[in-house]
Formats: sequence, C-alpha cells, structure tokens
Amino acid sequence: MGKVVLMQGNEACVEGAIAAGMRLYAGYPITPSTEIAEISALRLPQVGGTFIQMEDEIASIACAIGGSVAGTKSMTATSGPGFSLKQENLGYAALAEIPLVVVDVQRTGPSTGMPTSPSQGDMMMARWGTHGDHPVIALSPSSVEETYRLIIRAFNLSEKYRTPVLFMMDEIIGHLREGVTLPEEGSIEIEDRLTVRFPDPKRKAYEIKSGRFIPKMAPFGKGQRYNITGLMHDESGFPTNSPEVAEKLMSRLMHKISDHYDDIVQYEAVGMEDADVMIFCYGGTMRAAISAQEELRAQGKRCGIFRPITIWPFPERELRDFAPRLKKIVVAEHNYGQMVLEVERIAGKYCPVEFVGKYNGTVLTPQDIAKAVLGQEEGKEA
Amino acid sequence: MSEKKKNTLLEETASAVCEKTPAKGGRMEMRLAGSGGQGVILASVILAEAAVIAGKYTAQSQSYGPEARGGACRAETLISDTSIGFTKVQDPTFLMTLTEASYQKYAKDLPEGCMLLADESVSSAASRSGAVILPILRTAKEKVGKAQCANIVAVGCINEMLHIVDRESLAKAVAMHVPSGTEKINLTALSEGEKLMQGVTA
Repeated sequence: MGKVVLMQGNEACVEGAIAAGMRLYAGYPITPSTEIAEISALRLPQVGGTFIQMEDEIASIACAIGGSVAGTKSMTATSGPGFSLKQENLGYAALAEIPLVVVDVQRTGPSTGMPTSPSQGDMMMARWGTHGDHPVIALSPSSVEETYRLIIRAFNLSEKYRTPVLFMMDEIIGHLREGVTLPEEGSIEIEDRLTVRFPDPKRKAYEIKSGRFIPKMAPFGKGQRYNITGLMHDESGFPTNSPEVAEKLMSRLMHKISDHYDDIVQYEAVGMEDADVMIFCYGGTMRAAISAQEELRAQGKRCGIFRPITIWPFPERELRDFAPRLKKIVVAEHNYGQMVLEVERIAGKYCPVEFVGKYNGTVLTPQDIAKAVLGQEEGKEA
Repeated sequence: MSEKKKNTLLEETASAVCEKTPAKGGRMEMRLAGSGGQGVILASVILAEAAVIAGKYTAQSQSYGPEARGGACRAETLISDTSIGFTKVQDPTFLMTLTEASYQKYAKDLPEGCMLLADESVSSAASRSGAVILPILRTAKEKVGKAQCANIVAVGCINEMLHIVDRESLAKAVAMHVPSGTEKINLTALSEGEKLMQGVTA
C-alpha cells in the first residue's frame, strides 16, 4: 500500500494526469474545474511540463490537440459552458485520431446555469455533442481516489486508441477532499501511443496494416512530414470525397472502439449477487447510493448498485445480463433524465425502469434514493 | 452563564455525542461556520488532514461563491472509522460559529445532541442550552498576537472538545497547511486553543 494523502478531487485529477505522463495543460479556468488549472500551473513546471492559459475554451482544446500532435500527452479541463465550446474540436480530434484528455467538471446548466452547484447534465453531450458520427470514450469517477486512478486510465485509453477521452467529473467529486492511497512508485501502468521513430518520406500518415485498427502516430516536427485534416481522408492523410474511402475510415473509427469493448468498459456492482432491485448511478451520485443501499440492506431489502465507470461506450452487455432477474431498476442522476434513456433502451423490456433526479443545484440524498427504491412518492411516508 | 453550569452542559452534550457516535460507525459530522476570510475552510481542511494522518476516513467540502469572500460561509468535515458513503453533512454532531451572521444561518434546526461551539461575539448563542462559548477571536488577537490565527485557535478548541485525533497528528496537519514561516505562531495558536477549552473542561 502506498502513502495516504488528503486531496481534493480536482487535485487528484492533476496528480493522476501527471503520473500518467501529462506534460501539457492548456485551459481557460471555469468553476468548478478551476483548481485543475491552478494546480496544473503550479505542478507542471516542477516536472518539466508546460501550463498555458489560453484566451478561451476553444483555443484551449486546440492548443492541447497541437501539443498532442507534437508528441506530448495533453489535457484540458472545463465545465458545462466550456464543454459546449470544445465540441467542434472534439470532433476534429476524433476524426484526426489525436490522443487527448478533456475533463468536464459538471455544474448545473443549461448555459452558465449555477456555477457552484453539482450536475450530471452533460452526459449525452459527451456522447453526441460534436456533430457527425464519431467514436467516444467517456469515464466517470465516484471518489477522489478513483479520480486519481481513472484519469491515468483515461490517458492510457486515449494513447492506445488514438482518440480523445472525456473525463466526466461532477462538482460533488471535484470539490470533495478525501484520503487517497497513492499507488506505489513503479506500480502505475502507462500506455504510450505507437510512434514512428524514423522519418520516411514515403510513409502514409494513416497507414493501416491488415488486422490492425490504429495507425502509428509520428510526432509533428520530428522529421516525418504529413497532413492532418478534419476532412475525410485517405491513408495518406489528404482529403478525399471518395465514398469507399469515407466508409472505410468511418467504419474503422467506430470499430476501433466497439471491437475493444471488453478492454474499455468497466463497471462496479455492489450487492448485486442476490439483488432484486438495482440502483443505477455513476459519478458523485454513487456516494448517496451507497448510503441508501446500506440502509435498505439493513431493512432486509435485496438492493444492489450497478455503477458504470466507463459511461461511453455504455456497459450494455453487463446491464442486459442483470436486468432479467430484477423487479425494477431505479436510475439516480443529477439531471432531468439522461442515462435513464440508455437504461430503458437496454433493460426496459425486462423490468420497470424508474427515475430519481435532481436538477435544481442541490444533491440527491440517500433518503431520496431509498424512497424511490421503496416506491414512495416524495413527501409521503410509508 | 456560570462556569459550573457551563461545565455541566458541556458534559451533557459530550455524553450525548458519545452515545450517538458508535451507532454511526464512529462518524463525526462537523460543520464550521464564520465569515469569509476568517479561515474556517482552512480549519476544516486541517481537521480532515489530521484525520487522514491519524488513519481515519474523512470527507471535506465547503461553500463556494460570494459567501466565501465575506458573508456567512461554511465548511464541512466528516470523520469516520469506516468508509464514507454520502459526503455531505446531514445530521451535524458538531457546529462551530465564529460570527452572529453564520450562527443565524447555520444554527437553526440543529439536531438534538449536536454540540455547539461559538465565539463570545455570537450573542444569540448564549441562550442556547449546551452551547460552549469561548473568546476564540480575542485569544488570537491578544494572546497569540495575530488575529488571523483565530481559525487555528478554533482547531485547538475543537480537537480538545471532541478528541478527534491525537495531538501529534493535529500539529502535523497545522504545519502542513499554514503559510511557511508561520508554523511557530500557528502552533502557539493551536496550544492556546487547547488551553482555552481545557479551561472549560477542567
């Protein structure tokens, strides 16, 4: 066991990112993610990295993309309003296959909404925020310690699959301080992108060897000249309008994620062995769910929790395995109903799916969730 | 309030907390309130840090927004022997207020058995049975010689009152979080806080 230290969620995000190899942070501060920028500004120069505050959120993600293209693991962080602005370049990074970690510490929206209040209102934007079909990996931590470990995984996945990874935090975890058991030195597994060591004028930038999904990535400015574009491109990296090439590229981009579902998707099941009621939740909502589930178990209710750690791709296979033996699923989230749509899609034909949410800036309490599990209406006692 | 009466009330509230905590897995739910700039958030972080050093579980959070820069602000620290699910204080076992405004805002609807520590300037707290009222701000200014150390005086009072962690862990936590070069005066503030509470419980 490593050392235990007190850390804030946003701090753990930076420390984990640095442990994963992040050496460029480009951002524009916004509550409740501001500490990520502040701590990056302090810590990155200490480890030979670079912090840069850009003029806005769009420039921030553009800068992080540029850093990554040059071979430096890069991150940007924001909250809802900034996450909206980053969507265009997220699509660019997805199509140009540029590894990148984008953190969204969610606050109550829409628009500038309630800056200091928790929310999970950006979950569908994480999936569909940028236009066009595109692959997405999104992760969501439910404790400060998990933030540290999971941001490392976010970097690893982005490097391995050459894709932006969205790190969906919420104000509950971002601003929470807890003890974190740091991993022992040398015990952290780091994945690096496959790179091109020797420049070759004839090399195709997006060359795909048979049976592989992910092209090697040459660091820009190190001798290998190539083209990067947000237009559909062939293996040389230059734009094309060829339907055949476009179809092949899109298909590969989607399959490089979906064919690695088992490697990417993670979830946590608590007390699901004999459960007939499932609480479905993720991120900071898990904390209220744990307390609710403990209380319900003490009352003899066979209640369990299913928590996706990987939000996108959605852990539909695992949810589908549990659903047929349940009496009902209660989906708890801090929004007006987003991931509940996915749960209904997957499990709706097996059991009733109910929803309990908060969208007024306050947090769901264990009592709110327990009431929903017991089937009591708000304010009505059993 | 006479010293004797104060002592009896303190013992009563202390025993109420002791009876209550084991049922909640040794869970202490503390809310610290004051005016933005008084350092209640730092005090709350120091208590959380001390808990981590002492090998306990903790969850600390605070109010954000304009109140953190003046007006009534609050910070919360949960400390437990077992892992913590819900991270917000629902049923405080302890409240400290350094100002009348924060008392008015946060002392309403306190659950029975919740211990209350207030600065002597909080005039409304005197009427509350079981309240422990101490000159926290004045001690910082007059005995420690630095008004900004009031939050560390408060930390000393709180730990002496609730016996959350051993003194070594607490002193370490204080030294970790105060600006470098001010460790000595802040450790003095911590001792003065402890002494202040010892005066009540002696």
